[in-house]
Amino acid sequence: MTDRSLFNRLKSGLAKTRDLLSPGFSNQKAAELELSDELLENFEERLLMADVGIELVQTLINQLKLDVAQAKREHLPTTVSDLFKKLVVALLEPCNQAIMLGDNKPFAILVVGVNGAGKTTTIGKLARRLKRNRKQVMLAAGDTFRAAAVEQLVTWGERNDVPVVAQATGADSAAVIFDALESAKARNIDVLIADTAGRLHTQNDLMTELQKVKRVMQKVDPAAPHETLLVIDASMGQNALRQAQEFHRSMQLTGLCITKLDGTAKGGVVLSIADQLGLPIRYIGVGEAIEDLQVFDAVQFADALLGLEPDT
Amino acid sequence: MFDNLSQRLSNTVAKLRGQSRLTEDNIKETLREVRMALLEADVALTVVRSFIERVREKAVGQEVIENLTPGQALIKVVQDELVHLMGDANEQLQLNAQAPAIIMMAGLQGAGKTTTIAKLAKRLKEQEKKKISVVSCDVYRPAAIKQLETLAGQIEVNFIPSAADESPLAIATRAVEAAKLNHDDVLFIDTAGRLHVDGDMMGEIIQLHQAVNPVETLFVVDSMSGQDAAMSAQAFNEALPLTGVILTKTDGDARGGAALSVREITGKPIKFLGTGEKVDGLEPFHPDRVASRILGMGDVLSLVEEAQQKVDHKEADKLAKKIKSGKSFNMLDLRSQLSQMQNMGGMAGLMDKLPGTAKLPAAMKSQAGDKSVQSMIAIIDSMTAKERRFPDIIKSTRKQRIAAGSGTQVQDVNRLLKQHIQMQKMMKKFSKKGGMKNLMRSMQGRLPPNMPM
Ligand SMILES: Nc1nc2c(ncn2[C@@H]2O[C@H](COP(=O)(O)OP(=O)(O)OP(=O)(O)O)[C@@H](O)[C@H]2O)c(=O)[nH]1
Ligand SMILES: Nc1nc2c(ncn2[C@@H]2O[C@H](COP(=O)(O)OP(=O)(O)O)[C@@H](O)[C@H]2O)c(=O)[nH]1
Ligand SMILES: [Mg+2]
Ligand SMILES: [Mg+2]
Repeated sequence: MTDRSLFNRLKSGLAKTRDLLSPGFSNQKAAELELSDELLENFEERLLMADVGIELVQTLINQLKLDVAQAKREHLPTTVSDLFKKLVVALLEPCNQAIMLGDNKPFAILVVGVNGAGKTTTIGKLARRLKRNRKQVMLAAGDTFRAAAVEQLVTWGERNDVPVVAQATGADSAAVIFDALESAKARNIDVLIADTAGRLHTQNDLMTELQKVKRVMQKVDPAAPHETLLVIDASMGQNALRQAQEFHRSMQLTGLCITKLDGTAKGGVVLSIADQLGLPIRYIGVGEAIEDLQVFDAVQFADALLGLEPDT
Repeated sequence: MFDNLSQRLSNTVAKLRGQSRLTEDNIKETLREVRMALLEADVALTVVRSFIERVREKAVGQEVIENLTPGQALIKVVQDELVHLMGDANEQLQLNAQAPAIIMMAGLQGAGKTTTIAKLAKRLKEQEKKKISVVSCDVYRPAAIKQLETLAGQIEVNFIPSAADESPLAIATRAVEAAKLNHDDVLFIDTAGRLHVDGDMMGEIIQLHQAVNPVETLFVVDSMSGQDAAMSAQAFNEALPLTGVILTKTDGDARGGAALSVREITGKPIKFLGTGEKVDGLEPFHPDRVASRILGMGDVLSLVEEAQQKVDHKEADKLAKKIKSGKSFNMLDLRSQLSQMQNMGGMAGLMDKLPGTAKLPAAMKSQAGDKSVQSMIAIIDSMTAKERRFPDIIKSTRKQRIAAGSGTQVQDVNRLLKQHIQMQKMMKKFSKKGGMKNLMRSMQGRLPPNMPM
């Protein structure tokens, strides 16, 4: 896939956001624009509908006002959308960090998140991506709770032709992942990806169970998991921020993956998460198929979110 | 769930106390905060707009009735409007159709459709003695069929097999025939999750629906959904003649604004709440109670009802009576309440339903974790029968013995004793006339930090 078509794919996924944000703003020279209350309110509402949290919306609007004033004072040729894009990119740019495998072998990825977020599917897609990069991949069926979760991951293993370490439903999740990590080490695997059962961040006992998984992994390799990846569903509202905060508090996350961006959900809460936690955003999910995983790109994301064509 | 919204609304309404009447001017700020609160709660913007408009019209047009403060008058308007928005009464499943009555699920990926089938089937089987089959038309998600098969096994209802290489339409029509032959009362049809903008998949489910003509078509929506819930609800509602909505994952701390949006946009009743991953995590949806919950007024009724479901009925009646009479509330009562609390999803689940708990900071709630319930039960178990009935006699040596017996510290025993006294007092207040108000007042900000409620 070329970059251009990647962009189109993402762009069409985010089409609704584009439509919301473009009119009235895209090409107006900031220096000539009268930022009326009505226009600002309209703009505020558009951001709100994209699930950007109200506090951050207000901060962004205030900053935009300042920037427009400055543009006027200094007679800058920028457009309002340029200014706004800058604000958004500034928020997301620090999150634009890919996973680095380094010398770790196996590099262990622990995938966590609330129920139904897209963890297992993301693992399936990620395995494909890694295999394409000629990595030896192994999966660990750490969701030992949900009905047929093991079978679901095993299917993804078959699709990718990679080994899956699994026990029966009801087994100890930490034990499964421990075995997998040991076996990955013995078999000289490059990357081990461990699935876990979905859990709400408010369930203390289940969060504690995750911490145990981490401790057990560290018995095999003190640096494991090398990546603790939180999967967030883009159609979630402000609760996604709580999810990120709570999972980070108990698991010290190292990255995020945002799924289901192929719908009309705008995933604007990502801005709030970036603002508050600044965690790297590794990937975005744009469909249910094995190819539908893309590396997160702050500028591309901002372009798509704001309805701008990429700079060519 | 709904906690933060409650918090927000009760704060803003409190601001109006002491003013003599409602005017366009003095509700302006409060309405702005209500708007913010609803938005923070993920209520769709369009729904927020019409809601605020309605509240404004009603509030300003209305004289403040005598013994109501302006704050109360406004909360009443907001409450009435919320109840109105969410539908006026609890609606059951309507299964009056020629057998088998077909119930079809629809919704986005990961919303909770498959799990909800298991919950509903279990409920119909146990409470209405229905003969049930389930079938999966999800040929896309790996092991989706297996998931339903496993759940069907757990709740012991008939599973009609299907395979990923069949067409959903073929599966569904075959299943209807099988259910007829089987003389089933109810057939549940599971469908794959789909995006409302996926034309092919929406076409597929429309076709499915036409072929089997379900008596209930339930839209399953995640309570953590954001603004997009409005969009997807609208699209599903336009594609299918939905008969009801099920709101899942309400056991988390999502503010649940999607409930308001989906209800307003589809006009279809929310019939059940999903309250956990397990097959008994299902509650009927009562709009008035949930509206009260949003406004921080608690949900004591649904607590008692839930107690009746989960514990044996005698126990529940005893508890309900005891709450009403406020009679001597001894350690045995406390213990039975604690263990029921555990059954009901721990303290957090219980606190959600009690009046005024929206005012409790989240940290305090999480402190009342399930561990502390366990050790409280252990402490009571280490008491003698006499001590349980007459806790007053528990003095220092008894405390030491109890602590040692339960593997806790004397402070823990002291804390439990204090909590017991507090509970006793609260039960009394609660039982008196106007008890609700007193209880609320006593709970607002004045709870000792270790109070279990
Ligand atoms: N449209 C779309 N659907 C997705 C995406 N990622 C996952 N899904 C779907 O979302 C649903 C849930 O995905 P899973 O991978 O099972 O989610 P999970 O987090 O493992 O779920 P649990 O283990 O049940 O908590 C499935 O139907 C997936 O096909 C995505 O990027 N876009
Ligand atoms: N905590 C919680 N989890 C739920 C609830 N309902 C469903 N789930 C979980 O959400 C995930 C997706 O549910 P599933 O029924 O497979 O969704 P489907 O894709 O719509 O069929 C699973 O992990 C379920 O266990 C609920 O009410 N509370
Ligand atoms: Mg999974
Ligand atoms: Mg399903």
